[in-house]
Amino acid sequence: MSPLTARPRRVLAWSAPVLLGLVALPYVVPPYQTVLLTYGLVFAIAALGFNLLLGYTGLLSFGHSAYFGMGAYAVAFAVKYLKAESMEVFLLGGIVASGAVAALFGLLCVRYTKIFFGILTMALSQVLWSLAFKFFWVTGGSDGLRVPTPTLLGGSVRAGGDKFDFLSHRYYFYVLAVFVVGAAVMWVIVHSPFGKALQAIRDNETRAEFVGVQVWHYRWVAFLISGVFTGVAGALWVPLNGLTTPDILHWTFSGKMVFFTVLGGFQTFFGPVIGAIIYNYLETYAVGHTVYWQMVLGIVLVVMVLALPAGIVGTLKRLAPRVAKAT
Amino acid sequence: MDSLIVHLLNALLYASVMFLIAGGLSLIYGVMRIVNLAHGNLYAFGAYVTAWAVGRVLGGATEASPWLYALLPVGALAAAALGAVLEPTLLRPLYRRAEEYQLLITFGLLLILEDLMRLLWGPYPLQVSALYEGMGSLTIDESIYPTYNLAVIVIGGVAAAALWAFVYRTQFGVVLRATSQNMRMASALGVNVNRVYVQAFTLGCFMAGLGGAVIVPQQGAVLGMGVDALILAFVVVVIGGLGSLEGALIGALMVGVVREAGITFFPEIELAVLYLMAAVVLLIRPAGILGRA
Amino acid sequence: MDILKTTQLAKSFGETHAVDHVDFTVTAGEVLALIGSNGAGKTTLINLISGLIPPDSGRIEFQGADITGASIHRKIELGIARSFQLVNLFDQLSVHDNVTLAIFSREGRTRRLLSLADADVAVRDEAVLVLKQFGLDGRAGAPAGGLSQGERKLLDVAVAYALKPKLLLLDEPTSGVSTREKAPIMDIISQVVRSGGITAVIVEHDMDVVFTYCPRIVAMHQGTILADGTADEIRNNAQVTANLLGTQTA
Repeated sequence: MSPLTARPRRVLAWSAPVLLGLVALPYVVPPYQTVLLTYGLVFAIAALGFNLLLGYTGLLSFGHSAYFGMGAYAVAFAVKYLKAESMEVFLLGGIVASGAVAALFGLLCVRYTKIFFGILTMALSQVLWSLAFKFFWVTGGSDGLRVPTPTLLGGSVRAGGDKFDFLSHRYYFYVLAVFVVGAAVMWVIVHSPFGKALQAIRDNETRAEFVGVQVWHYRWVAFLISGVFTGVAGALWVPLNGLTTPDILHWTFSGKMVFFTVLGGFQTFFGPVIGAIIYNYLETYAVGHTVYWQMVLGIVLVVMVLALPAGIVGTLKRLAPRVAKAT
Repeated sequence: MDSLIVHLLNALLYASVMFLIAGGLSLIYGVMRIVNLAHGNLYAFGAYVTAWAVGRVLGGATEASPWLYALLPVGALAAAALGAVLEPTLLRPLYRRAEEYQLLITFGLLLILEDLMRLLWGPYPLQVSALYEGMGSLTIDESIYPTYNLAVIVIGGVAAAALWAFVYRTQFGVVLRATSQNMRMASALGVNVNRVYVQAFTLGCFMAGLGGAVIVPQQGAVLGMGVDALILAFVVVVIGGLGSLEGALIGALMVGVVREAGITFFPEIELAVLYLMAAVVLLIRPAGILGRA
Repeated sequence: MDILKTTQLAKSFGETHAVDHVDFTVTAGEVLALIGSNGAGKTTLINLISGLIPPDSGRIEFQGADITGASIHRKIELGIARSFQLVNLFDQLSVHDNVTLAIFSREGRTRRLLSLADADVAVRDEAVLVLKQFGLDGRAGAPAGGLSQGERKLLDVAVAYALKPKLLLLDEPTSGVSTREKAPIMDIISQVVRSGGITAVIVEHDMDVVFTYCPRIVAMHQGTILADGTADEIRNNAQVTANLLGTQTA
């Protein structure tokens, strides 16, 4: 069995209790912890999208901040120009915006691989970042744009007075639901014939072409799906953060996505999810300790590549083959 | 409105620096088939080291003694030394692995160097404008033009010529070209490939550091300059072709001219014009004009 | 009838005329060997026909239709498949998945994003049948990268075969494999090709293999066809003997 496949039943077996635990969480831990985990789940959704390209299609993007940012700014624009309040409208806007940009950038990028692909994605996202500054009357420039708490489920669920309570309960469940649906959809996609075609392209582009798989087309579709997932994450992130700024479009944010995907292990399905959640805790607790946070990331990345290329989850799987079969 | 000559000189100035950076990147790729994502940071490192060294010697003085110009290359040497250390430790273990790992490790290096420069020299720009002003200015077509800029253009030209001579006229250059064309064959013929690699990498880093060192009197050393340079160097090699020194020269000249034109007529979208140019070249000639990637 | 026909097909790399205005025809259902020393142009000819590289001039016709400028994808749709001299497999996918992928692609099902590949029983079963024919069913679950060289060569051919081609181009299917293993591999290939009525063009260096399995032999030298005939005709051809076979003949 390829390391990336596993039996659906086994996955359901262990994910059900985990899911139960996640549902029970807000009633067991302080609200701050729940909100923290919400951020983690948002990054996990982005990681799922990112890894479709890296782990399954073999394309390492250094510009995914573009889609996260488009998702975030789409929400901000919906608030600013449409006076929208509904999370569903936000999500729709995020999907459309990130999808459009991913479709366009994808057209340019998927003809290339490896280094050209990497730097091209980085350059394109930097263009977006610089545009966010240049058109400051639209985007709020470096001050960014504020976003109030949204209403959920078509307006039926409102924040009321206590924003923190809303975020740590109702919004948390909303994000959890999107995460579960997203993970399920991504799971099916990577195990579908399309997903196999992507893996074939990753393993041997020439042979894939000679088996009848039109490489550029498939890469473009993967790029689009990847961008949309990341855009959804961006849209979910803004109400949590209350604010979106150009930082979210900068290459340093793309670097974080690369980092947590590699940290968790990009050759596994759940590795990037775990990596994103762990990274979120690392960042929250370590940022307070040092200004040189980028250096820490860089050192860990270097060490991971030299010593633990399979990432945390990947390495654990090597050590415990039973776990490997189940995930 | 500045005269045409001034615009041309500005373009050449930019091209000189871009040639040094992109040429280094292309040289390394041509010989070793790797692209160092932290290459831009070596340019930045060169700028910072030079700015710091000159600043220390200068003390608080505002007048620069002519001898101080001799100190400029120290940034290039520092970048070269850094490169000589990095290749055997971080890059060599990965040659047999998938290219993603090279990208990831050099990306990690990029992050480390960014913060290292912040750690060593703080978040504020380092200036050595004394060196810039110290050369005075010339009058060209009724405009006043800094002499230092002309010096940089000359350095760029000399570097291009020196590099060409080095690669095509020396024994080492022969070995370099042989290794880049067929590493296995060169190795079978007795070439110490490991040594060639570290030498090529060091030379590439030297060039990037030199680019930083010569431009720092004009624009100072600032955090983030490394990544901006990396992306622009990439635009140059996309146009000129990865792995070709001649291509880096042509690409640098084109980028210099387009940027100057862009700044003059459309100051807001200058960056976009360059990326647009790169995108167009990528679409019609993916290997660049002279590339052999 | 002619399943494949090239007319004045040419390809040069710089000064070298790799394929020098070659006229080459293949009859439907036949099994032929393409022989020649290194640099004769055999692989280039295969690359031109399969679409890996474009020709400089000349025509290629497949079942009467002009496919000279056709894309790789189009050629596969029309029924041309190939294997590779340096094995080209999907190393991280299982042996089984390497074959199912070819089948999914053939059936146009690789577009399907929202159905599980493993749920398609028809495709799975067909893949198992193919693997059985190639003697690889015992290794179905192993990653393709972990197979022995002989198994990999067979899988390379199996993947091409799974596309149900009309014309199979095999580039040195027994190269890199020990002498002992060559006959079993060729037995399988021969059996599979014959029972499927597939036309096969096999590039080969090993003359024992060529004389045993291929009723028709085409010899190339420096980009042109030197000789074209049965094993006896080729053996008795002085030019072929001088250029390719050495002076000692079996």
